[in-house]
Amino acid sequence: MSLLTAENLALIFAGLTALAILLYAILDGYDLGVGITLPMANEPWRDTAIASIGPFWDANETWLVLAVGLLLVAFPAAHSAILHALYLPAALLLLGLILRGVAFDFRAKVKANRKTRWDYTFKAGSILATFSQGFMLGIYVMGLEYNTGSIIFACFSGLCVTAAYAMIGNAWLIGKTSGALQLHAIKQCKIAGVLTLSGILAVSAINPLINANALQVWTEPPLAFVFAAIPLLCFAMFVIGYLVLKRLPLPADAGAWLPFAICNIIFICSFLGLALSFYPFVVPNQLTLYQAASSRESLLIIFFGAVVVIPVIIGYTALAYYAFRGKADGLKYY
Amino acid sequence: MLDTLILSRIQFAANISFHILFPTITIALGWLLFYFKVRFDLSQHPVWMRAYRFWVKVFALTFALGVVSGITMSFQFGTNWPGFMESIGNIAGPLLAYEILTAFFLEATMLGIMLFGFHKVPRWAHTLATFLVALGTTFSAFWILVLNSWMQTPAGFEMIDGVAHATDWLAIIFNPSFPYRFTHMLLASALTVCFLVAGISAYRILKGDNKKAPKLTLKTALLSAAILAPTQVLVGDFHGLNTLEHQPQKIAAMEGAWHTEQGAPLVLFAIVDEQTRQNRFAIEIPKLASLILTHDKDGELKGLNEFAGEHPPVAPVFYSFRLMVGIGLLMLLMAWWTSFSLLRKKELAPLQLKILIGMTFSGWVATLAGWYVTEIGRQPYLVYGVLKTRDAVTTVAAEHVAITLTMYLVLYLVLLVAYIKTLFWLANRAVEVEEYDLTRPGLAENRSEPVVNNEATTRTGAAL
Repeated sequence: MSLLTAENLALIFAGLTALAILLYAILDGYDLGVGITLPMANEPWRDTAIASIGPFWDANETWLVLAVGLLLVAFPAAHSAILHALYLPAALLLLGLILRGVAFDFRAKVKANRKTRWDYTFKAGSILATFSQGFMLGIYVMGLEYNTGSIIFACFSGLCVTAAYAMIGNAWLIGKTSGALQLHAIKQCKIAGVLTLSGILAVSAINPLINANALQVWTEPPLAFVFAAIPLLCFAMFVIGYLVLKRLPLPADAGAWLPFAICNIIFICSFLGLALSFYPFVVPNQLTLYQAASSRESLLIIFFGAVVVIPVIIGYTALAYYAFRGKADGLKYY
Repeated sequence: MLDTLILSRIQFAANISFHILFPTITIALGWLLFYFKVRFDLSQHPVWMRAYRFWVKVFALTFALGVVSGITMSFQFGTNWPGFMESIGNIAGPLLAYEILTAFFLEATMLGIMLFGFHKVPRWAHTLATFLVALGTTFSAFWILVLNSWMQTPAGFEMIDGVAHATDWLAIIFNPSFPYRFTHMLLASALTVCFLVAGISAYRILKGDNKKAPKLTLKTALLSAAILAPTQVLVGDFHGLNTLEHQPQKIAAMEGAWHTEQGAPLVLFAIVDEQTRQNRFAIEIPKLASLILTHDKDGELKGLNEFAGEHPPVAPVFYSFRLMVGIGLLMLLMAWWTSFSLLRKKELAPLQLKILIGMTFSGWVATLAGWYVTEIGRQPYLVYGVLKTRDAVTTVAAEHVAITLTMYLVLYLVLLVAYIKTLFWLANRAVEVEEYDLTRPGLAENRSEPVVNNEATTRTGAAL
């Protein structure tokens, strides 16, 4: 009990919130990515691509609810400040998520001639949701302020996140599909990877320039040497990923999940990089996570629930992924 | 003048009204699907699987709409009502967190298995997943109604410098109005689903669908409604008594009681005039309101005059209450009439089918009306006696709220039309399409042989 001081709880909940955001970015990232590059020219491909995310997208989106929920309950002041500043982009994000979520279900149930319309909705919703997320991230990095510079940066960030989700989405498809669609995904993954890499390089260069906190974290020895491992690992993954993609597909589908695993490492590194740049702030340069945290009693009661329930959630999520292992080609609705 | 407060209130009302439509269906439909699945597992009769397969599609679509409209809610707290969490975040926070942790993940993950796992997991696991989805939706209802009831009848907390701190979590969870509201809502969900299932099944039958599944679902729905509707009347009465004890001004507004009275009449209908604070053209039954609410025909009923400036707007509460009760009674009559016909004559007259089709979404209207009674009836408070609605609102510019409100309204209208059209389109297709996949509703390895032999099918089939 003595370890669970208000400070430690604030840190634990910051960690949990960060974990939820990271898991959301990876998990909904791949299913949004599948939507972003949905092949509109080929209906059977679309069916397979969408079937590959069918059993998972609902649960994936729940990580966003958890992330926003944790921010809301553990750091209410930060939740208000951040969403106040991001009011309109957050509304667009929700519009995108609503459109793609319902399109997913409508497409399988409406008349054949309407299906293509819902597929376009699915794709457009995925792009809108992703771009809005990137835009919000960009505004956040710029200290939640709107000016010409920050809006340009946020739009750029929106494109970067779109590229990153497209990359991980296609990496998922490489693992989940075979034949012509898999080849298509490999090609798309390469393009998206190059775009993502340039995005990460640009953001890494800009962030320390505008963010004193970030500059300090990444340049102050001795920790800076340890932290340097993160970008090095990240860029190494891009190189390895490119080499892997050049060789795929291999006989017996060997290594089909490698690109997805590599994308995961890239996401984790990028996320860690960003998180370290802002620590201990939860609202950039304004509010630290210690200042924004809820009362100790309330955090404690959620903490005990979370300690019991989150492993259970991870357990049955793993079971679901196990149940739907293998290629998605034969996966049927109902 | 439309300011940020009123726009935010309209937006929240629009969001939550749209959202509640879908959970209202999924809470009870989840259990109905579990029932179909268990009946199938026990009897191996394909008609249960056909009922399951049709309604699981409706469930999936409804669930998706519920999920996406629900995500909006978790953002709204921060975007439009920052004062809510600043003031009572220590109470609301853990309740919402528990909802996400114990309900949202469970239902979302298990739904994947329920929808796509039929050929992927063992049959018992598929039934278990169906059960867990139903359980998850009910957990979700549990937590959110705990929070809502706490906002109506707060308990188990103390206020320190304007911030609520929990003192007793059991008192918070089982706050005075929670058991009534939770039961009332579960029954509302069940009745909504009964009339949805009855309406769509009636539509199929009237379109010439001679298959057994729609007849079976029609009967299941109507017989259930015949029991649930009177139960709901009883529970509603208890809920009303509970409200009288804790929020008397809400009852006064519901009854249109402007002045404290002994032996107050029951106002069946009237035009409420908030300016002159009286009812016009009232149709009343003498002493009945006192009798219902105090169980004494000369009992005293507190009027709105006792709560000047602290009571909700009367008209919306008064009319919504009558709409809810009216639909409830109509449901009761229809359920009994049609159940009687079904038990006597084994089938319904075309007129009965047509009325049922007309009542397909009657549960939605009644549920919304009921929520308007209780939520508008809580005004001017957001948390009764603790936090006023106007003190919780955001400082976001009114123009921005106006933009998002318009966006939501357009979106919701389009989605609602698409949803209803798709439901009837699914019903139409089910009429035309031969019973798909019906001999092989088993696991992949069983697919080459029918699950039941034909003789058994005919025999059990005749019994249905």
